[in-house]
Amino acid sequence: MLEALREAVGPTLFTYAVSPLFKILALIFLGVLPLIMYLVLAERKILGFMQVRLGPNRVGPWGILQPVADIAKLLVKEDVIPNKAVRWAFVLAPCLVVAPAFVILAVIPFGPSAEQSGGALDFFITDVNVGLLFVVAMATVGVYGIIIGGWASNSKFSLLGGLRSAAQMISYEIPQGFSLVIPLLMAGTMSLQGVVGAQFEQGRWFVFQFFPFGLIAFFIYFVAGVAESNRNPFDLPEAESELVAGFHTEYTGMRFALFFLGEYANMIVISALAVTLFLGGWLAPFPNVGWASFLDLQWIPFMTPGLAGLIWFSAKLFAFLFVYIWFRGTFPRYRFDQLMDLGWKWLIPLVLFTVFGVGIWKTLL
Amino acid sequence: MENYLPILVFALVSVLFLVATLVAAKLFRMAGSGATNDDPYECGNPAVTLAHDNRFSIRYYLLAVLFVVFDVETVFLFPWAVMFDKLALFGFIEMVVFLVILIIGYVYAWNRGALTWA
Repeated sequence: MLEALREAVGPTLFTYAVSPLFKILALIFLGVLPLIMYLVLAERKILGFMQVRLGPNRVGPWGILQPVADIAKLLVKEDVIPNKAVRWAFVLAPCLVVAPAFVILAVIPFGPSAEQSGGALDFFITDVNVGLLFVVAMATVGVYGIIIGGWASNSKFSLLGGLRSAAQMISYEIPQGFSLVIPLLMAGTMSLQGVVGAQFEQGRWFVFQFFPFGLIAFFIYFVAGVAESNRNPFDLPEAESELVAGFHTEYTGMRFALFFLGEYANMIVISALAVTLFLGGWLAPFPNVGWASFLDLQWIPFMTPGLAGLIWFSAKLFAFLFVYIWFRGTFPRYRFDQLMDLGWKWLIPLVLFTVFGVGIWKTLL
Repeated sequence: MENYLPILVFALVSVLFLVATLVAAKLFRMAGSGATNDDPYECGNPAVTLAHDNRFSIRYYLLAVLFVVFDVETVFLFPWAVMFDKLALFGFIEMVVFLVILIIGYVYAWNRGALTWA
């Protein structure tokens, strides 16, 4: 059947559009969506244990069917569009949050390419040479969704929440953008697959490269990333004690679910990028170091290099997602002026210092 | 260019997914009860004024302007970082000059209180 399809559309279109389509469908419906469903459950469970309670445990054993029940509930909820809202913008906003977060996944390498692993499958959708620039461009679109949603609702809480959120996201985008320059300086390429390849050649994850500058850049990237995805301790846009629910106060049912989906998809994207740029992507710890070669997992029966890459990538990704939840269980929320101070007066000077530091180091050596 | 085709396919799949979700919700959901249910939220009181008729702080605008300045700088840093080995010392000095100008502006904005939220 695949051969017939190949004949019908021609080899170029088949290689670049039809066969990625299967990977994309698998990634979204078998990868990201189930991950988000169970991330929500995991978050509630972990928060429960951190607060010495049980978390959801009524729907199915250990609450494992909770996400299904949640979706069914959200699907039948009454859908309210406030009578004074700007309707087209109100409907468009949640889509603008979800779509870019998904599209970024197209350039993230989850595992080695077919050449690198000697297998038959590339463990990424595509590899473009401006990968990181594409990611930054797409990530910016999410801000529009939030500010449009807040404004279009024509509710005071939504408007204030939307503005706050936009202010926070653009403030932290600056240190984040600057901190992305550090892995670029180390790798000399913007292709994300290339960045992972450079970490393999240099035999070291970029967090530990040019110590301590790699570590500082990673720290800034992740702090800014947490702020970008509007999560604790930077969850002011949804500060329920002051702004009800921030920009999505007026949203109900499926539209609300889409905002929720977008937030979790953003968490996954930020974590996946942190893994790719700083923690070696799909590489095992100590790549290219002789005595640590057992970490490539090849001694496990039926293990292929591609699968091992996927396992390492997922393990690091889950570690980051756990840290997100851990933050939420641990830190109190920042005040808005403290948040702005941290972004503009601490992170920006620190990241400029880091860029200079790596530049001088690379020039002298 | 062929490398970008999967991104386009991915975008189409995402849009289709969003449309399918919203259509499914439309088919399954319950009818609204109308009347005050559709008013903007105002802690249960009828809204006196609309959000669009009210004013909000000018600081958000100022912040957006500052953001544009810094973000454009970042975009210039990306190609420099990629070509660092080829540009070598000359490129580094050029970038130092570029960044020092940025830092002067940053210090100025800080002194004028643009970065302080109060």
